[in-house]
Amino acid sequence: MHPIRKKRLTIVLFLLVGVSVAVALTTYALRQNINLFYDPSQIASGEAPVDVRIRAGGMVEEGSVQRDPESLKVEFKVTDFTSSVLVEYTGILPDLFAEGQGVVAMGRMDGNGRFVADQVLAKHDENYMPPEVNEALDKAAGKRAAMPAAAGESSAGY
Amino acid sequence: MYPELGQIALILALLLAVLLSVVPLVGSVTGRDQLLAFARPLSAGLFVFVVLAFGVLTHAFVTDDFSVAYVANNSNSMLPWYYKFSAVWGGHEGSLLLWVLMLVSWTLAVAVFSRRLPAVMVSQVLSVLGMVTVGFLLFTIMTSNPFVRTLPNVPADGADLNPLLQDFGLIVHPPMLYMGYVGFSVAFAFAIAALINGKLDAAWARWSRPWTTVAWAFLSLGIALGSWWAYYELGWGGWWFWDPVENASLLPWLSGTALMHSLAVTEKRGVFKSWTVLLAIVTFSLSLLGTFLVRSGVLTSVHAFASDPDRGTFLLALLAITIVSSLTLYAFRAPVVHVRSRYGSLSREIFLLLNNVLLVAATLLVLVGTLYPLVLDYLDMGRLSIGEPFFSLTFSPLGIAAGLLLGAGIFSRWKKTDGGWLGRKLLWPLAISVVATSAIIAGYGSFEPWAFGGVFAAVWISVATFWDLRGKSGSRKGRLHGLRRQSRSYYGMVFGHLGLAITMAGATIASNYGIERDVRMSPGDTAMVGDYRVAFTEIGNRRGENFTAEYGRFEISDREGEAVSTLFPEKRQYMVQRNTMTEAGIDAGLFRDIFVAIGERVSDDAWAIRVQYKPLVRWLWLGALFMAAGGFLAISDRRYRIRDKVPDSREASSPVGDRGRPDPAGIAS
Repeated sequence: MHPIRKKRLTIVLFLLVGVSVAVALTTYALRQNINLFYDPSQIASGEAPVDVRIRAGGMVEEGSVQRDPESLKVEFKVTDFTSSVLVEYTGILPDLFAEGQGVVAMGRMDGNGRFVADQVLAKHDENYMPPEVNEALDKAAGKRAAMPAAAGESSAGY
Repeated sequence: MYPELGQIALILALLLAVLLSVVPLVGSVTGRDQLLAFARPLSAGLFVFVVLAFGVLTHAFVTDDFSVAYVANNSNSMLPWYYKFSAVWGGHEGSLLLWVLMLVSWTLAVAVFSRRLPAVMVSQVLSVLGMVTVGFLLFTIMTSNPFVRTLPNVPADGADLNPLLQDFGLIVHPPMLYMGYVGFSVAFAFAIAALINGKLDAAWARWSRPWTTVAWAFLSLGIALGSWWAYYELGWGGWWFWDPVENASLLPWLSGTALMHSLAVTEKRGVFKSWTVLLAIVTFSLSLLGTFLVRSGVLTSVHAFASDPDRGTFLLALLAITIVSSLTLYAFRAPVVHVRSRYGSLSREIFLLLNNVLLVAATLLVLVGTLYPLVLDYLDMGRLSIGEPFFSLTFSPLGIAAGLLLGAGIFSRWKKTDGGWLGRKLLWPLAISVVATSAIIAGYGSFEPWAFGGVFAAVWISVATFWDLRGKSGSRKGRLHGLRRQSRSYYGMVFGHLGLAITMAGATIASNYGIERDVRMSPGDTAMVGDYRVAFTEIGNRRGENFTAEYGRFEISDREGEAVSTLFPEKRQYMVQRNTMTEAGIDAGLFRDIFVAIGERVSDDAWAIRVQYKPLVRWLWLGALFMAAGGFLAISDRRYRIRDKVPDSREASSPVGDRGRPDPAGIAS
C-alpha cells in the first residue's frame, strides 16, 4: 500500500477505535446510570421499580415533616395533590426545603411503598419550581378534572 | 440621560461591527488593498464604543440608577460597592455585554499584536471576528438590552443581587471564563481565514497557537474559579457536580486542549492540518453551545438568570449559522490541503494523535451526558437525569489513559521513535512511579483500584516530566546553566503537564479519601472527622452589611488535643430577597481542608452539622493555576515577541524544519 494511504488508514483506524471505545463506554455507563423521574401518582400506582435508583418529586405536604429526636432522620410526604408518597431521608436538607415547596429527591423505593432518599434537592430560588414537579402537578390536576370520564382507565400519560 | 448614551454606543458599535465584517473581507477578495487598511481602525472604534456602553452600565450600577430595569433587578442601595461593580455581570443582559466586551478586546488585541502578519490574513481574521461580534451585538440589542428603562415607575430600591453571587468568586469567575470562551473565537477566525485563503500552512498554525494557548489558560482559570466558588459558596463542599452548566465550560476546554496539541503538530511537522482546522471550528462551536445552554433557559440553574424563549431561539440560530457556514466552508476548502511529511507508527505525532483521540472521546462523552436528557425531554420521551456516576465511570478511565500516554509521550521524538529505546527510557520513571504511588496510597489507607490508577497517572506524569527536564538540562557547565538554557515554551509545557498531574492527584485523593459526616449537634457536643475533633462551643447572632446571620463557633483540634483552628460557619438571611444562605467555615491547608457547615435547626437546641475532611482538595485548583501559568509562560517565549522577526518567518515557511535553532522543547516550542 502507498505509505500515505497507509498512514491515513492508521489515523482512521485510531479514530474508529477511539470512537467505538467511547461509544461502548457511554452506552454501558448510560444503561447503569440513568435516573428516571416518577411522580407521586405513578409511585402510588406501583409503576416505580423497587430498589432501582430513581428520582421522585412533588410538593412537600403541609404538616407532614417529622424529625427523629435522636438523629438526623427525617420523614415527609411528597404530593401531587392526587397521591402522596412517604419519603425517608437522613442528612441535611437544603436551605430552601420547607413544607409547601417543590422538591426533587433521588433514591430508591423500598418494598413497603416508602421512598428512601439519599439526596434531596430544592433549588436556590424560592420562585423556582423544578420542571418535573410542575409537570407532575399539572398532570395530576388534569387527571382529577377528567376523573369521571376516565374512571376505569389508569394509563400513565407518558 | 446616560443610559440612552449607552444604547447609542451599542448601536454605533453594531454599525462598526457590520462594516468590519464586510469591508476588509471584500478588500481581501477583490484585491483592493486600501479596503484592508480599514480593518484595524474599525476594530479600535468597535472597542471604544463597547467600552463606552459597558462604562455607562457600570456607572448606572455604582450610582444606583434604578430607572434602568437591569440595575433595578440586580442591585440594591444596600449592596456593598464592590458587589455593585460585579453585579454589572450578575444577570443575563450584563453578562452578555461583558461577553461582547471580551470579544472586542480580543479583536483589538489581534489588531494590535499581529503587525507582522500579512495584511490580507489579518484583515480576514478581523472580519470574521467582526461577524461574530455582529451576531452577539444583535442578540444584545434585540433580546437582552441592558439599558431598558423602568420609566415612569422608577422603583425606590432594587431587587438586589442574588446572595449566591455576592461573593469574591463572582467578581472574577465570569470574566476569566468569558476570556477563555471568547478567546477561542480568535483561533476560529484564524481557521476560517485560512480556509478562505486556502493557505493552511505552518505559518497559520504558528499564528493561531499563542491565541489558543492564552484562551485555554483563561478558560482553565475560569473553570477552576467556578469550581472553587461552588466548593465554598454553594455551601456543601462539592467541587464538581457534572451539572450541565459546568459541563458547558468543560466541553470547550477539552476540545481546546486537543486543539492546542494538534496545533503544535501542525506547526512543527505540517501534518494534521484539516483536523486542526476542524478542531478550531468545533472548539468555538462548543463555546457557543455553552453560551446557548447557559443563557437560553434550557437549563435551570444558578446561571440561567431568566428564561425567555426568544433568547434561546436567537442563540440557537446563531449557533446553527456558525456551525453550518463554517463546516460548509470546511467541506469545500479542506480537501485542498494535503500532507507532505511522513512519520512513523511510533512517534511523537502518534502520541499526540492518541492524545487528541482521547480528548475528543472525552468531549463526546460529556456532550452526550449533557445533551441526552435535554433532547429526550424536548422530544417528550420522558424525563431523566444523568448523574455523577455516569461521568466518573466514563471520564476516569479516559483521564488515566491520557495520563499514561502523556508520560510516555514526553520522551518520544518527532518522525520516528525507536520502541526499545523508549522502553528503556521509561523503565526508571516507571519504577519510581510504582513505588511512589504505592507509598502514597498506603499513607492514605485502604486500597481502591480507581484511586491507585488516578494517583499513578498523576505521579507518572510528574516523574516523567522531571525526568525529561533532568535529561535535557544536563550540561557540562552545570545543572543551573542547563536549566536556564531551556526555552520558556518548554517550561510552559512542564508547568501545564505538572498542573494536570496536580489536579488529577487532588481530584482522586479528595474524592476517594475524603470524609463527610452529617451529625446532629448541640452546643457542647463534639464530633470526630478523620483525625480531627470538632467541638461545637456556641451559637450566636451577628449583623452584616445587608444580612443577618446565625453563626456557630467550632473548635478544631487534632488527636493530641492540640488546637488547630476555630471556625465560624454561618447561616445568613439576606434582607432584601429573604434568602437563606449557608456560609461554610473552612480551615484550608495545602494537604487538607476541614470544612464545617450548619444545616437546618432540627430541634430547639440542636442543629444538623456537616463536617468534612477533604485531603488535597486545594490541589484541584492549584493544578489549574499551574496550567494557566504554563500557558502564559509558553506565549512569553521569545519567538513570539514582535522584534524577533527574521528567524521566525524563515522557520515558519519550512514546516519540516526543526533544524536551525536548538529546540529541546519539541512540542512545546
